[in-house]
Amino acid sequence: MEAFGLLLHGFAVLLTWKTLALMMVGLVLGIFVGVLPGLGGPNGVAILLPLTFTMDPTSAIVMLSCIYWGALFGGAITSILFNIPGEAWSVATTFDGYPMAQQGRAAEALTAAFTSSFIGSLVAVLLITFLAPMISSFALKFGPPEFFAVYLLTFCSFVGLGREARHKTVISMSLGLLLAGVGMDTVSGQLRMTFGSSELLRGINFLVAVIGLFGISEILLTMEERLALRGHAASISLRVVLGVWKDLPKYWVTLLRSSFIGCWLGITPGGAIAASFMGYNLAKRFAKDPETFGKGRIEGVFAPETAAHASGTAALLPMLALGIPGSGTAAILLGGLMVWGLNPGPLLFVEHKDFVWGLIASMYLGNVVGLVLVLTTVPIFASILRVPFAAVAPMIVVSCAIGAYAIQNAMFDIWLMLGFGVVGYVFKKIGIPLAPFTLALVLGNRAEDAFRLSMIGSGGDLKVFWSNGLVGSITTLAIVLLFWPAIDGLLGRLGWTQRTGATAR
Amino acid sequence: MSQTDLEIVVDDPTAPDDNSPSVTRTGTVEIIACLLLLALAAILGYDNWRSGASWDSTGPEPGYFPFYLSIVLGGASLYGLSAALLARRTRSETFVTRAQARRVMAVFVPTLLFCLVTQFLGLYVASFLLIAGFMRAIGKIALWKSLLTAFLFTAIMFVTFDIAFDVIMPKGPLEAAFGH
Repeated sequence: MEAFGLLLHGFAVLLTWKTLALMMVGLVLGIFVGVLPGLGGPNGVAILLPLTFTMDPTSAIVMLSCIYWGALFGGAITSILFNIPGEAWSVATTFDGYPMAQQGRAAEALTAAFTSSFIGSLVAVLLITFLAPMISSFALKFGPPEFFAVYLLTFCSFVGLGREARHKTVISMSLGLLLAGVGMDTVSGQLRMTFGSSELLRGINFLVAVIGLFGISEILLTMEERLALRGHAASISLRVVLGVWKDLPKYWVTLLRSSFIGCWLGITPGGAIAASFMGYNLAKRFAKDPETFGKGRIEGVFAPETAAHASGTAALLPMLALGIPGSGTAAILLGGLMVWGLNPGPLLFVEHKDFVWGLIASMYLGNVVGLVLVLTTVPIFASILRVPFAAVAPMIVVSCAIGAYAIQNAMFDIWLMLGFGVVGYVFKKIGIPLAPFTLALVLGNRAEDAFRLSMIGSGGDLKVFWSNGLVGSITTLAIVLLFWPAIDGLLGRLGWTQRTGATAR
Repeated sequence: MSQTDLEIVVDDPTAPDDNSPSVTRTGTVEIIACLLLLALAAILGYDNWRSGASWDSTGPEPGYFPFYLSIVLGGASLYGLSAALLARRTRSETFVTRAQARRVMAVFVPTLLFCLVTQFLGLYVASFLLIAGFMRAIGKIALWKSLLTAFLFTAIMFVTFDIAFDVIMPKGPLEAAFGH
């Protein structure tokens, strides 16, 4: 068990007072960010990223990933107590969580949510521990064509499997890839798309765009709504916690199913949102009495929370093993890796053992500490919502500006952030998804380099993407996924004609 | 469902009215956005074509990859434009109501001013003005509370970033007067 030994080494890296303190700070900030309306996991991580610029990479990633776990935990608090999903992936939690709170079982619902979050993450972390090193050592054999094929697969699966109108996903993705190319061309050193502007020479920084797209635009969107709220205050007693935990084994099928769905959708770009709904719907379908769902059933909290957390955690697997983020937040963490001078990809497991295993160990520890922390401090965090939004909104704006400026010490970036804020607001309102844009912006340069290197290697022959079994099957799979809706429709029609044929007979 | 166990209540004094008239429709905004994207695709496409979008002896020229992306972007925007134009007659979703637009502007305009002030007076002065002004004007929160919150927040930010973590922010004449 090589992974096990390395994991123990990771814990040894982690167990210093400084790292543990940073972990607590990260968790508290994360829960805070998750509870506040108008701020979510990706925004929180993006805004707080500049804090970590002066730290060593291991401390920095531990703190940032803890912000992420904290935000995942925090989203459940507002869903259950106030019927306001702090995050899109907590929407399914409100279906049964809020009715439970109305029946005076808020503490039970919260315990269920936190515990299932913990279980979901744990399953996903176990998966990462054993699968990520295997995938990355396999990926070490990859050359530029293989990498380009994997990038292509990621992009195509977004287009083919996304829920949004396909042309909107294509718009979002091609815009991201284009903007990634602004500035100095890494291969030839020539300037591209700068139009003589010295500010654009640096290129469009990924993190600046993210802060604008998620932070500023989210504030604008939140202001459109009525921000009055009323909700339940709850504290959790040890008796309730033990009561819920005692019943836990009864729901093992639901927990296992949701963990599996979450891990799968986290690795593919389905994401935590899809996972939480799918977890909920499947739990409902397999239940003996589906009509009791939506009326305060504890399984209705277990199912979506487990799936959402499993997915949120599993999204880090492709990021660590291949350098391809599985979610928006993972993309931002990837952006962080580059700032700290680490090169994401399979070599990370070879060159930066301390860093990778420290991060994986922090996933275990962060989730345990997070669980204890949220269970004991729920009343404090719930009361954060008493702070009026008119006070929170300008503070978020200031934090965003600090974050945007700190990345490259450029005033231009603050203006760029504002511009992206407006773009994000309009895009969200007309249904152009932002996740493909984020992914394209962070992967754009690497995808282009991989493409050009493989083209140079093959002398301009596109057949290089089918030159061996591995790269050929990845490329073919990418193209199948790109046209998946059409293929699916065709298969459906064939199935349908067969079925009508059968009934006619 | 009893209302007595509700313990946390937050009001929103300037909330947008639910039946406020619509300013624009989603379809219209979609058309404008697609036109803008199309224009962007054309400009970027031209620039990349100029810097070389074909092959030379060393492989693809620098503009090759982005040039074809501009074509993809342009094509998708054209498709979006025609889809939005076709759907326009049947669908009439509200993009934003007048009350909502006013609220969005109530955040956007101060944010814009904040960026301007940051450019000239530094980030910390701008942040103090933004928080105090926003809380007082939009949130209708007592003046002393607004000023105190703004001061405390700005001070915490200054200590955290400029002193503890050495992340230097843009500064203006006020900070210069204190020797920073």
